[in-house]
Amino acid sequence: MRDKRMSLEDVVGELRSGMTIGIGGWGSRRKPMALVRALLRSDVTDLTVVSYGGPDLGLLCSAGKVRKAYYGFVSLDSAPFYDPWFAKARTSGALIAREMDEGMLKCGLEAAAARLPFLPIRAGLGSDVPNFWEGELRTVTSPYPGPDGRPETLTAMPALNLDAALVHLSIGDKHGNAAYTGVDPYFDDLYCLAAERRYLSVERIVDTEELVKAVPLQSLLLNRMMVDGVVEAPGGAHFTLAGDDYRRDEKFQRHYVEAAKTPESWQEFVDTYLAVSEDEYQAAVRKFQEA
Amino acid sequence: MSTDTITRAEVCAVACAEIFAGAGEIMASPMTPMSTLGARLAKLTTEPDLLLSDGEALYLAETPPLGGKSPVEGWIPFRRVFDVVASGRRHVVMGANQIDRYGNQNLSAFGPLQQPTRQMFGVRGAPGNTLNHPTSYWVARHTKRVFVDRVDIVSGVGYDKVDPDNPAFRFLHLHRVVTNLGVFDFEGPGHTMRARSLHPGVTTEEVAENTSFEIAGLAEAGESRLPTAEELRIIRDVLDPKKIRESEVPS
Repeated sequence: MRDKRMSLEDVVGELRSGMTIGIGGWGSRRKPMALVRALLRSDVTDLTVVSYGGPDLGLLCSAGKVRKAYYGFVSLDSAPFYDPWFAKARTSGALIAREMDEGMLKCGLEAAAARLPFLPIRAGLGSDVPNFWEGELRTVTSPYPGPDGRPETLTAMPALNLDAALVHLSIGDKHGNAAYTGVDPYFDDLYCLAAERRYLSVERIVDTEELVKAVPLQSLLLNRMMVDGVVEAPGGAHFTLAGDDYRRDEKFQRHYVEAAKTPESWQEFVDTYLAVSEDEYQAAVRKFQEA
Repeated sequence: MSTDTITRAEVCAVACAEIFAGAGEIMASPMTPMSTLGARLAKLTTEPDLLLSDGEALYLAETPPLGGKSPVEGWIPFRRVFDVVASGRRHVVMGANQIDRYGNQNLSAFGPLQQPTRQMFGVRGAPGNTLNHPTSYWVARHTKRVFVDRVDIVSGVGYDKVDPDNPAFRFLHLHRVVTNLGVFDFEGPGHTMRARSLHPGVTTEEVAENTSFEIAGLAEAGESRLPTAEELRIIRDVLDPKKIRESEVPS
């Protein structure tokens, strides 16, 4: 069986400007942050991003890499909740927003996973979501009569087909079998099923036998058909939380928010944490935590 | 416990509990501390069959104090929440940056869609919530900036957006708006906002001055009911001994 181990740089080397990229996790929870940081170090740009957005989207906006964003929300999940870089990109009109109901995002990934052009969903009707989509979002009328004899007209959620998916899980093998730990798988399997190329970072790579002994069967979220590349990235979700592996680094997330406030403080943040390798990032974070 | 010591926050907690009166065996999804206090108070008094989650992924088997832990009775990761939403077996109490007279709600952003003046969360689950199951709102500070003539972005759908020819809208039900000033619904003329009761000490003028549009039934609205002795005991001693409720509604 194929050995799919790669480095963070290898993964980014397979990505191209202009791609549509799905980013797993949820808000400030189990985001593939090491892969996002690797994207920041690259010249890949002009991205369309599909995400339950958190600081992943924020960091990509800080580097001007997002042309268009499909999202159900953007949240840091703790005070001050609103991501500062996403907010700047929005208020300056720097990106095209395809905002939608959270359930629509799941629905669009499911449509892509099943190779369907759309799936009907009630969410979106009557709201400003269709206006956000500027003609990209249509409705579909049921061929069957509704409860009172009239057919229902629903949102025809288009498939969110992805060129690439980036996800971070707790534990995997070198072939792409992988599991989450903790209370929620989020939607990482759907991102992989919706994507052409699928890249997974994990806290640790182990033998398959060890993987399946480490977790209940129900936690084995990804199988080999769903993954093209596996990166071992301990701390790879930092500063978001990662299941049973670690909590959110609230202090560092607040530092990220504070740093976004002036060009000078942001440049210092970039120099210390972003314009460096992943190992140097993790070392700088340890230093920050000890300070 | 004499009634003259009852705080506004305690009246609000009871009003939030009454949101769930008759709800039965559904998922209660309060999104703020006060509405969480209300949902838990309802579960400990008249609505024992409510399902409550920890706000993350676990259904709670018992009813813990705010910030407290409880044994678990089930699993509700985010993807399953969307299944519950579509099933209709849920009543959410969301916050709101803006609400208009027809119940349109905004928690997304202020200003134009593609270049807002202030960015908040985006629409979150508000479009799906409002189209699928009972939705109520909790507003800790009732002001003209919240209760506006027209919301900037419609996240939660209001009654004037309903297409009467499309049965897909048939589950929309905006049940209550509870604020620091009173209890409201959308049973005014043409499904407009109507006053049900004002909290003790609140005047009709105060509500009118803090609302950009005319509220139906304001002059006729009675007084919000006070907590019973048992409700006060549960609020003060069981669910919120640290008075987290006063961080939203100061006494």
